[in-house]
Amino acid sequence: MRRALLAYLRNPASVLGAVLVLAVLAMGLAAPLLFPNDPLGLAGRPLQWPGANPRFPLGTDPSGRDIMAQLFHGARVSLLIGFVATLVATAIGIAIGALAGFYSGLVDTVLMRLTEAFQTLPNFLLLLVLVAVFGSQIETVTIAIGLVSWPPVARLTRAEFLTLRTREFVQAARVQGLSDIHLMLREVLPNALPPVIVYASVVMAVAILLESALAFLQLSDPNVPSWGNLIGLGRNVLRVEWYVSAIPGVAILLTILGVSLVGQGLNDALNPRITGR
Amino acid sequence: MRIVALAGKRLAASLPTLLLILVGIFCLLQFAPGDTVDAMLAQMGGGDAAIAADLRRFYGLDLSVAEQLTRYLWRLVRLDLGFSAIYGKPVATVILERLPATLSLMGASLSFAFAAGMALGVIAARRVNRWPDTLISTLGLIFYATPSFWFGLMAIVLFSVHLQWLPAGGFGDVAMGYTGARRVLDIAWHLVLPTLTLGLIFLAIYLRIMRASMLEVLSLDFVRTARAKGLRETRIITRHVLRNALLPMVTLIGLQAGTMLGGAVVVESVFSLPGLGRLAYESVVQRDLNTLLGIVFVSALLVIAVNFLVDMLYARLDPRIGA
Repeated sequence: MRRALLAYLRNPASVLGAVLVLAVLAMGLAAPLLFPNDPLGLAGRPLQWPGANPRFPLGTDPSGRDIMAQLFHGARVSLLIGFVATLVATAIGIAIGALAGFYSGLVDTVLMRLTEAFQTLPNFLLLLVLVAVFGSQIETVTIAIGLVSWPPVARLTRAEFLTLRTREFVQAARVQGLSDIHLMLREVLPNALPPVIVYASVVMAVAILLESALAFLQLSDPNVPSWGNLIGLGRNVLRVEWYVSAIPGVAILLTILGVSLVGQGLNDALNPRITGR
Repeated sequence: MRIVALAGKRLAASLPTLLLILVGIFCLLQFAPGDTVDAMLAQMGGGDAAIAADLRRFYGLDLSVAEQLTRYLWRLVRLDLGFSAIYGKPVATVILERLPATLSLMGASLSFAFAAGMALGVIAARRVNRWPDTLISTLGLIFYATPSFWFGLMAIVLFSVHLQWLPAGGFGDVAMGYTGARRVLDIAWHLVLPTLTLGLIFLAIYLRIMRASMLEVLSLDFVRTARAKGLRETRIITRHVLRNALLPMVTLIGLQAGTMLGGAVVVESVFSLPGLGRLAYESVVQRDLNTLLGIVFVSALLVIAVNFLVDMLYARLDPRIGA
């Protein structure tokens, strides 16, 4: 663990990623303290350029709302949606992958057919269908994003379970008469987890991107300050006041960059064989 | 012959997947608030219960879910996707009208991402851990993190509004009334920005995979043998390394086909392209569930077709497959 931490800290890119993620986290945590008013409420004259008015360092949007306040509150929303959706996707993926990999045979065939069906359908299209059917409240959107993102996790978990279940320590536990549940959860899963956790960073990056794309199309919850939402609103004034769309986009870019760098850093730190490449 | 048999087996295997998707989406849409008749009545400005009941009987919506599903699947077998109440046309017609824009956008983006990703990946791998590699890898990371719709908007601001080099949207200039080659060129000109926008994230993925795959192959024994024979470096790369390093890239095309179609939804909205993705967005907004179901079916077919082509290509490239 110590060695992995040291390996992680020795890589400047990984440290940069951690700094970015922590900065966004700090933004989200500080949002209610720094901007206690409703970020979606009227703050001043609409469409003031960044720097034009010291009260609004990043300017105001077409509805006269403070962009800086929306940026900070948006950090909260993006991270929360990303995190919960990743949790949902990882839980479903691990459950399906574990069952398929552990039992193989018929269970495996059925579950893998299901995974394949989900992978054949473009995930953004499935997300649109889910939103069309169940509405676009923030909770629904978050769960829907989780529901469309689990197949790669399931495949990864299955592959890990397939190799691990024949290993000697699992055989030994089986001979002791331990139940399948025990074998799966206590013996195989802890060893299968590290690559899955690393992959969760990819899931989180994709989840944040999916939410912002949905919000950009104005199909996410309109009552929540979201970066994608702001970009979508800025589209109507793009020709002149392009900063309305530009600013939240940079925030998304830096967040995704941070999450990906952390994932890459974790991967390199946990797989010492490939370091130096 | 072997390849054809392999292909047939693959196609047959994708049928249950397709069935699973259709049944799943059909059941899902049963939860949707309001049906086609509600949407039609809303468009007509309301109507009484008797008309609604008549319409439901006409569209077969008064039957049980199981019966409706059977009818729907049977219609699909005959390639009848139903009728779109919103567009007033058969769904198949609406989708066919929108297919060319999406297919050209996807084809162009894929070619751009594949070619540029391959070139950059090769350069990065040959200068591994030196400045060209660092620069390319950093660019790849940034491209990967860029939301496509935001990149598209910023490209419009820069290239269409300020520099006025490229059109900001649309699938060719209809008002100009171009025909023949002139029209094709016009459409291609309109597709430059959308192609870059959609291709960017895939470019990032391809270049990363290409770099890793090149490094992997470069460390293998046969490359050392080729070097020992005294072959020039360029020849080793083109004749020996590239062919083997391309295999994972080809696999990736199939894996990414669905993601690319999903990305097209957003990019088509940004550049107001009359494509399948924009149709999907519109049918969600207008609650045109018949069309949405049709798009799901066609998209699944498209992804299966791309994967099928990739399998064929793979079998050609790698003779070990299917032996």
